[in-house]
Amino acid sequence: MEKYRIQGATGEWEVVIGLEVHAQVTSNAKLFSGASTAFGAEPNTQVSLVDAAMPGMLPVPNRECIRQAVRTGMAIEAQINKWSRFDRKNYFYADLPQGYQISQLYHPIVGEGQLVIEADEKAGIPEDKIIGIERIHVEQDAGKLMHDQHPTMSYVDLNRTGIALMEIVSKPDMTSPAEAGAYVRKLRSILRYVGSCDGNMEQGSMRADVNVSVRKVGSSELGTRTETKNVNSVRFVMAVIEQEARRQVDLIEDGGSVVQETRLYDPDRNETRSMRSKEDAHDYRYFPDPDLLPLELEDSFIEECRASLPELPDAKRQRYENELGLTPYNARELTAEVETFGRFETLLSATASQIGKPEAKVATQVANWALSVAPGVMKSLGDEADPANATAEAQAKILAMQDKGEISGGQAKEIYEHVLRTGGDPEAIADEKGLKQVSDTGAIEEAIDGIIAANGDKVEEYRGGKDKLFGFFVGQTMKAMQGKANPAVVNQILKDKLG
Amino acid sequence: MPETANELTKLGVKEIRDGVAGGDFTAREVAESFNAAVAAAAELNAFIVTTPDHALAAADAVDAKRAKGEDLGKMGGVPIGMKDLFATHGVQTTAASHILEGFKPQYESTVSQNLWDAGAGMLGKLNLDQFAMGSSNETSYFGNVNSPWKKDGTNAAMSPGGSSGGSSSAVAARIAPAATGTDTGGSIRQPAAFTGICGIKPTYGRCSRWGVVAFASSLDQAGPMARSVEDCAIMLEAMAGFDPKDATSLQMDVPNWEAALDADLKGKKIGIPKEYRMDGTDQAILDSWEQGKAWLRDAGAEIVDISLPHTKYALPAYYIIAPAEASSNLARYDGVRYGLRDLPDGAGLQDMYAATRAAGFGDEVKRRVLIGTYVLSAGFYDAYYTQAQKIRTLVAQDFENAWAECDVILAPTTPTASFPLGSLNEDPLTMYLNDVFAVPASLAGLPAMSVPATINEDGLPLGLQLVGKPFDEQGVLNAGLAIQQRAGFEAKPEKWW
Repeated sequence: MEKYRIQGATGEWEVVIGLEVHAQVTSNAKLFSGASTAFGAEPNTQVSLVDAAMPGMLPVPNRECIRQAVRTGMAIEAQINKWSRFDRKNYFYADLPQGYQISQLYHPIVGEGQLVIEADEKAGIPEDKIIGIERIHVEQDAGKLMHDQHPTMSYVDLNRTGIALMEIVSKPDMTSPAEAGAYVRKLRSILRYVGSCDGNMEQGSMRADVNVSVRKVGSSELGTRTETKNVNSVRFVMAVIEQEARRQVDLIEDGGSVVQETRLYDPDRNETRSMRSKEDAHDYRYFPDPDLLPLELEDSFIEECRASLPELPDAKRQRYENELGLTPYNARELTAEVETFGRFETLLSATASQIGKPEAKVATQVANWALSVAPGVMKSLGDEADPANATAEAQAKILAMQDKGEISGGQAKEIYEHVLRTGGDPEAIADEKGLKQVSDTGAIEEAIDGIIAANGDKVEEYRGGKDKLFGFFVGQTMKAMQGKANPAVVNQILKDKLG
Repeated sequence: MPETANELTKLGVKEIRDGVAGGDFTAREVAESFNAAVAAAAELNAFIVTTPDHALAAADAVDAKRAKGEDLGKMGGVPIGMKDLFATHGVQTTAASHILEGFKPQYESTVSQNLWDAGAGMLGKLNLDQFAMGSSNETSYFGNVNSPWKKDGTNAAMSPGGSSGGSSSAVAARIAPAATGTDTGGSIRQPAAFTGICGIKPTYGRCSRWGVVAFASSLDQAGPMARSVEDCAIMLEAMAGFDPKDATSLQMDVPNWEAALDADLKGKKIGIPKEYRMDGTDQAILDSWEQGKAWLRDAGAEIVDISLPHTKYALPAYYIIAPAEASSNLARYDGVRYGLRDLPDGAGLQDMYAATRAAGFGDEVKRRVLIGTYVLSAGFYDAYYTQAQKIRTLVAQDFENAWAECDVILAPTTPTASFPLGSLNEDPLTMYLNDVFAVPASLAGLPAMSVPATINEDGLPLGLQLVGKPFDEQGVLNAGLAIQQRAGFEAKPEKWW
């Protein structure tokens, strides 16, 4: 597919994109106070004296939040800075009780790293691409203003105040909405693998500031960028880039120039709007927070973080391909989400032990089942299916029966339907409902003998070289056996008898 | 008031603690005596609020413990004054500002809690310079504090020093045996020197800052103010200790400073920094410094000349770093959650901030917030803040180098004695010079103490300052004790209030 281009009146333009993703750190307590981080609690019930910035209150770093940031840094192959420091970003706002946000401007905890977005022809990503990550720093979230509670007053909810965020800053390495979308999805996947952020964009656990600039194709200079704040879905990130790139190209071609400014995205109108320009930007007066000592990470802490890292998406995908022999497509599908690979690996392990073969020998069968067969059955049943019945044990038994040739693929689906409806044991269901293949050679031979006798002309033709007729005999046999004959056995006997 | 009650207010921390423990008098008798003395000293304006019931309740608890034969604590039965910078549960805590007027914390500062746990009681919350910004106790929203001292032959109200001026005035006037202070750039030592009492700022991190209204976080440090070195040692032991709620708290055990007090300085070297001989320093101060050397030599110490070459840059650097931190620390007083809110009709958020802070902060606080905001601004940060931090490092290195040659440094605490209230109001720079000798130890985070040396020709006290190595409060206290024993400072203000 073509590279992403914006067609302008004066020629073709390309877009340059950088993303700052704010990811809420998974932790029971806030970054600098012991207060809880539960989502959806009653307003102002998750607020400590520190969060409310009472006089004389002091921040103390939460070890778990630091640990999660370090683990995240390791997962994007980044430099971990053993010495980092917190700075104060000063500005007044009613959702910011301290009058400053504790952040890390000068010395972030995580330095340069990278992640890989995979080739996706359909989306316009012809090959795997490395996206550079500039840094990750940790900082406090702000509270929330509520303007709809009173006719003339605004209310403040400080529950979110002080919750730990990681700000993950990419390099301006992306050149299309698709790449930006893939980047956010990949980053989200990594965060969820690591367990450092739940990636829940609807609840605001992850949101992105989207930096966009445009330039004429062939130019190597960066254009003036705009930053669209707090975009809270992958779809919106992509829409912002499309809208903003178009707007900037039109603006420049009409003789105007792009202003460096902060913008907001309005999903209802699918457009971005200016929030404030550089001229009235805050002077944040950053300086090192004197309440906090520099953060110095000990080697043992770093080692502990590294040891606690799970297998990450890229490594898992490669292992699925190389060791389990899965197709690249299956490997990618299975490793995209934590839940998906979790279910797959549980089922793989159960099936392998049920059958008594190594995982690699049954992986393809399990992958096909997990990615297409099982979801298909579930979907076809709709509300009739009880997802709780979709246990790994039951599915492994079905796959084992299929592996032994006791049931056909069609029978496996049928049995699984019963399992999903009733939660019954697959083997019992197979027996009860007569959902088993016949591998009894006597019965099959008898049927085949009858068919050969009744189709002497076809037999002659086949023996005369019309190989295609083999399928006819298989079909007739299966019909005679009411579809329950084991196809492998049928094939073998037919070959023997037809000669 | 009965004769014995008057006698009890003459006592210091050690005498009260030992007297209560020994049954010479009850803690309640002590508390009642000081409560009465506090009530009779309103003219000093040393207290913003008095808490006689707190003092009595603490005393009764100590007396009850004694009846049961239990341990009474390091400060058992000693009522003290609490600088109104420390948050006290349910008791108004203002930092002497209008913006916090009426604010009653639902929490207790670590230092004050430590003192109550050690058996102390609270006479009241002591006046101070607003947000601890000032050197004369004239910036309080609740009025100037008067020193109990008068210049011979005059009746002019004199400054008790600042910012811990309520503390110094109360202890010097014997309406409290001891008081807490805080020292950011001399706020314990300078008022102690002005009023003829002792005060020690320990190593940065010894006393928790949790629950202390912040002025400049990297410099703020609490410490005791009392009339003897022993009393300071006792009270500092009760105040200090590691606090996990303060990330800058020292993770070290609190030494037994009182038990280890020793005025024999044999083998110790006392450094005399040549840079502290500044123009504008009173001759009487220089004379007392010479006298101090002689006393310490007499105590067995060797006197050595040392150099602290970056001393003259310390004060300017301090007046960049401290306001910078303050400008940020004071941002939380915005009228949104607690304290004063000034919301003019039809006002929006920005108007509310402006009106609240304009009405809630005094001139000196505004001046420092403006300075701090300026030096942190884009385009000025490197020229001011970064440079000041470099100077801070150099000042600290000066001391590091000095420790190769001496154990404790002896210097004047202030360049002059106390001055009449109002005399320096129009001249902030001269006012700031009061702390020129105190600020270097603050920038370096070192333990430093002022002890009374003598009385000048005007009948006003002069103090000498001792600065020690990091964590060596003991060395400072011991040298202070040697001076105390030789100075024989018995002068006290004549009661006029």
